Amino acid sequence: MRRPRHKTGITLAALSALWTSAACADIPAARQTELMHLLNQDCGSCHGLTRKGGLGPALTQEALAGKPAFMLREVILHGRPGTPMPPWKSFLNEQEADWLVQVLLEGKTDAH
Amino acid sequence: MRTELCHFSLKIFLSLIGAALVSACASPRGTGDLGIVVERATGSVQVVETTHHTRLAQVPGLGDLSHASAVYSRDARYVYVFGRDGGLTKVDLLRGRIDKRIVQAGNAIGGAISQDGRLIAVSNYEPGGVKVFAADTLDLLADIPAGSGDSQRRSKVVGLVDAPGDRFVFSLWDAGEIWVADMRNPRQPQVQKFPHVGKQPYDGTVTPDGRYYIAGLFGEDGLALLDLWQTEKGVRRVLDGYGRGQQPLPVFKMPHMDYWAQANDIAYVPAVGRHEVLVIDQKNWTEAGRVAVAGQPVFVIARPDGRQLWVNFAPPDNDTVQVIDTLSLKIIRTLKPGKAVLHMEFTPRGEQVWLSVRDEDRVDVYDTETFGRVTSLPADKPSGIFFTSRAHRIGQ
Repeated sequence: MRRPRHKTGITLAALSALWTSAACADIPAARQTELMHLLNQDCGSCHGLTRKGGLGPALTQEALAGKPAFMLREVILHGRPGTPMPPWKSFLNEQEADWLVQVLLEGKTDAH
Repeated sequence: MRTELCHFSLKIFLSLIGAALVSACASPRGTGDLGIVVERATGSVQVVETTHHTRLAQVPGLGDLSHASAVYSRDARYVYVFGRDGGLTKVDLLRGRIDKRIVQAGNAIGGAISQDGRLIAVSNYEPGGVKVFAADTLDLLADIPAGSGDSQRRSKVVGLVDAPGDRFVFSLWDAGEIWVADMRNPRQPQVQKFPHVGKQPYDGTVTPDGRYYIAGLFGEDGLALLDLWQTEKGVRRVLDGYGRGQQPLPVFKMPHMDYWAQANDIAYVPAVGRHEVLVIDQKNWTEAGRVAVAGQPVFVIARPDGRQLWVNFAPPDNDTVQVIDTLSLKIIRTLKPGKAVLHMEFTPRGEQVWLSVRDEDRVDVYDTETFGRVTSLPADKPSGIFFTSRAHRIGQ
């Protein structure tokens, strides 16, 4: 994965913003549409089409507020042992998981 | 002349009224070949008719149907649709419109209708429990919070079914319990609780005779069985450890136990975390075999005569449907109807099966003898399909 090089004077927040935009820029629009479909339909099976939860917890912007992005990425890719959350790494790469995390944290409901 | 004109306009007026009445009432019809198709994205249901494969009406305004199920009134005129957002909607099939609708909880999973048809029970995730309503008015009659033991924490409720004796039976996902609610006095349910039935019961169903309630377990390999004729004998574990200690495969969609699939005292259930259908001998509740299938089974349903099983799958195999012959336990057909086959429903005597193919925005109808596609109907992200033949079955 491409990561922005660290430069003196750039704050962490700016770094993470850069990282996010770099991540999005690398995912083709068609794939973003597929990922959004996966999020709504397949994640939606347990977390609800509107992300308000079901057998799995709610994934709304409010519900995820304060949860670190790297942790959410780990859960998406590797699942949570002892719960029904499976590892989705056979469906997504790390960069795509990061993109989904951003979508969730920003509460976006469409791909673009 | 003036009288004549007046008479003429009166005739027109009367014929207009007549036309309006005809279009509103049409001719009388039965409901035995009707059903609904849930359109999950738009929060609507289609009223369909299986004899000529037509859509009679589209009924919008049912809320979030991302997980929806339905039961029928005993006259098979009304369908009660349970939505994800806690919505309980009573739809009039003949008029093609909503009769009543309430939002009774924050997050719900399914429901049941009582033996006498007077009560509707809904199983809720948030707040965890069961609420019971009058079937005609949808007035609340009883609230059964699913708290476990001394804990104040409420459990999500799954696998809610009706059973003879005006009982509702359901499982507590978080607490690992099975509860039997006697509803003979609807405002004061008598609840019998069976704790420690196993880890994470994910769904439950009842045998067609209403005798045995079976909960599938997600957190461990096995099923929890309760004999409703002899509840004093308690819950026993069947097919314990069917995974034989092997690491389970990831499950990308929860399996379902919609209706107990059985034929000749043999029953069939989806394995969890294994790409297999488990075969159970119901005489002694032991394993009678297993059938390797294309992926994680979601629904394993038996054709009404019991000769075939139709199986659909979790992602990434949700474009596939397999048909198992129950005599040989061999897969006799693998179909690829399209992306995301979510649900299957047989016509009342099983000559055809309807499949919802979500990502193709289509419902397909197949002939169950030739496996040929008979026809397709357009539907907006279809999920559950429920026919009125359910109205007269225990547990549906």
